[in-house]
Amino acid sequence: METQKQLDEFQIRIDNGEKIEPKDWMPERYRKQLIRIMSQHAHSEIVGMLPEGNWITRAPSLKRKMVLLAKVQDEAGHGLYLYSGTETLGVKRKDLVEDYLYGTAKYSSIFNYPTLTYADICVIGWLVDGAAIVNQTMLAKSSYGPYARANLRICKEESFHKKQGYEMLAKMASGTPDQQKMAQDAVNRWWWPTLMMFGPHDSDSPNSAELIKWGVKTKTNDELRRHFVDRTVMEAEAIGITLPDPDLRYNEETGHWDFGDIPWDEFWSVVKGDGPMNRERIKARRKAYEEGEWVRKAATEYARKKKLKEEKAS
Amino acid sequence: MNTIQTMNPQTKEELFVEILLRLADDRLILGHRLSEWAGHGPELEEDLALANTALDMIGHASALYAYAADIDGKPDEDHYAYFRDDLDFKNIALVELPKGDFAFTIARQFLFSAYSYFLYRDLIGLVDDDQFKGMLQKHFKEIKYHLRHSREWILRLGDGTETSHIKLQKAFDELWMYTGEMFAMDNLDQKAIEHSLFTDVSKCKEEWINLVSSTLEEATINVPDNNQYMYNGARKGLHTEHLGYLLAQMQFLRRSYPDAEWK
Amino acid sequence: MSTNLSTSTEWPLWEVFYQPNDGKPFEHAGSVHAPDAEMALQNARDTYTRRNEGISLWVVPTDQITASSPEDRGPFFDPANDKAYRHPQFYSVPRAVKKRK
Repeated sequence: METQKQLDEFQIRIDNGEKIEPKDWMPERYRKQLIRIMSQHAHSEIVGMLPEGNWITRAPSLKRKMVLLAKVQDEAGHGLYLYSGTETLGVKRKDLVEDYLYGTAKYSSIFNYPTLTYADICVIGWLVDGAAIVNQTMLAKSSYGPYARANLRICKEESFHKKQGYEMLAKMASGTPDQQKMAQDAVNRWWWPTLMMFGPHDSDSPNSAELIKWGVKTKTNDELRRHFVDRTVMEAEAIGITLPDPDLRYNEETGHWDFGDIPWDEFWSVVKGDGPMNRERIKARRKAYEEGEWVRKAATEYARKKKLKEEKAS
Repeated sequence: MNTIQTMNPQTKEELFVEILLRLADDRLILGHRLSEWAGHGPELEEDLALANTALDMIGHASALYAYAADIDGKPDEDHYAYFRDDLDFKNIALVELPKGDFAFTIARQFLFSAYSYFLYRDLIGLVDDDQFKGMLQKHFKEIKYHLRHSREWILRLGDGTETSHIKLQKAFDELWMYTGEMFAMDNLDQKAIEHSLFTDVSKCKEEWINLVSSTLEEATINVPDNNQYMYNGARKGLHTEHLGYLLAQMQFLRRSYPDAEWK
Repeated sequence: MSTNLSTSTEWPLWEVFYQPNDGKPFEHAGSVHAPDAEMALQNARDTYTRRNEGISLWVVPTDQITASSPEDRGPFFDPANDKAYRHPQFYSVPRAVKKRK
């Protein structure tokens, strides 16, 4: 049983800015919440490989092909770092993976949208990775040591992801009329789903307060979203891209950009599984997992046989 | 468009370009096939490994193309990757076959990496062009790792479970008829050898066979019959039907908007 | 293909340490799953040294690591606090020597 004394002492450690390490005492609820958000983060990286991977074989130059492949590969790496961090909490990666493939675990809804043109790849880099960086920069200061360290490593590696997307989108936005059209169209389709990435409004986010109390997060969904919008408005302007929100205007009083209503109905519907690509994404990941089984098993069996032989020999 | 008949390099420069393109095309096409695994690998760690190899191979191709473009007076490396048709690609058929299952991918990677290993080793020893040599030396380090990684997998799949053993044996049986092209020499190779631009690959065939046979033996896999029908002619443009689809996918965007900047 | 999740295979976990540069001590990077030591090394290479982060790697089966427990935090490490003589700042150096530095 958790005593009030344990909980109080834990809270003091958090408030003092101490990092919690795997073997430290922690409230069961803290552990559960961490497993949930860390594995959700990991699943998102892995599912996120699919929409971008969709353009590797069609990238329009060898340079862009290598950039995209390296980026998709990084996402596998980031998923791996995050699973690795989650496993320090005493759970198996296999169980986490099977929970999103066959169970109820979630991943970021942004990856349930299709990448229809190459401009989508640029926009994912600029907006989706831009939003992820805002989130991950905060998480790099998370109270749980392994999660903070995984995010720190991710942030270091991910800075190129956003830059390459923004750079190429800028080229398209000032390129041929066809390119300009593709660029603007992609922004129009990805803008609102990107804003949804920060999660529901604070008033509809029951977990937020607790996560902030425990230092897992240090900012609320709305704070992060506002920070992202402020930054992105200027970046869009600089390359001649229009953000598809007629209500977007600078608020002199608050010093921030006000924006229109986020289509939350769509958000909840995609979260619940009814988005354009939900079923396909899960199908593709299940296929990889199931077709990988004989490979994982073969290597396991080989290792077992080899060990047996070595034991006999000695 | 170039055709099979016009491929008759006269000068040393033209010959050199052909050699560079042969090397580059093999690597681009196999890198492309490997890149199709991104997000679909049998385990997360292997997804990373396959992508690493794909990146290395496309990187090698890109560097070789860029050098060819320099000599050939073409705009850049993309010229060769995006603006040539099937008949102009000089890769061997082995690398263009669809990616297949993991056993097929690994078996092909092993056969090709072993070939690359001996080819690069010998080339490094004989070429006198410093830039070319530097490139080969850099790539050689990565090839050694590709060989190590694919070889380790051959052992595990061959001597793993009954299922993996059957799949791997089937992969080698299917691939074998495409291995002849690696060591087939034509007039162009002969001329290139005279100019110290290429190596007599038929000479390293024995070492390749030894390495492949000993590995397969260790993996409890039968070495397929070497006297069977061997595919030939891809270096001259006589490809399988698979290359056309691969190129259609790879080139469509770049060709649809040729005036656009994509770099 | 039907899946029987209860029998799906997971490779064991290995902790990965890398040496960032010649002469530097090894640092913990994270972990990888691998069927055996050789594959653990290769997976560690492909996962944690994609950007030349290291020149050398160690992999150790995770279940072979023994860690001090958090309750030991006090008894294990506090006693070192009052041994100032272990630190170079404990000693004074003649002024003349300091100047020459």
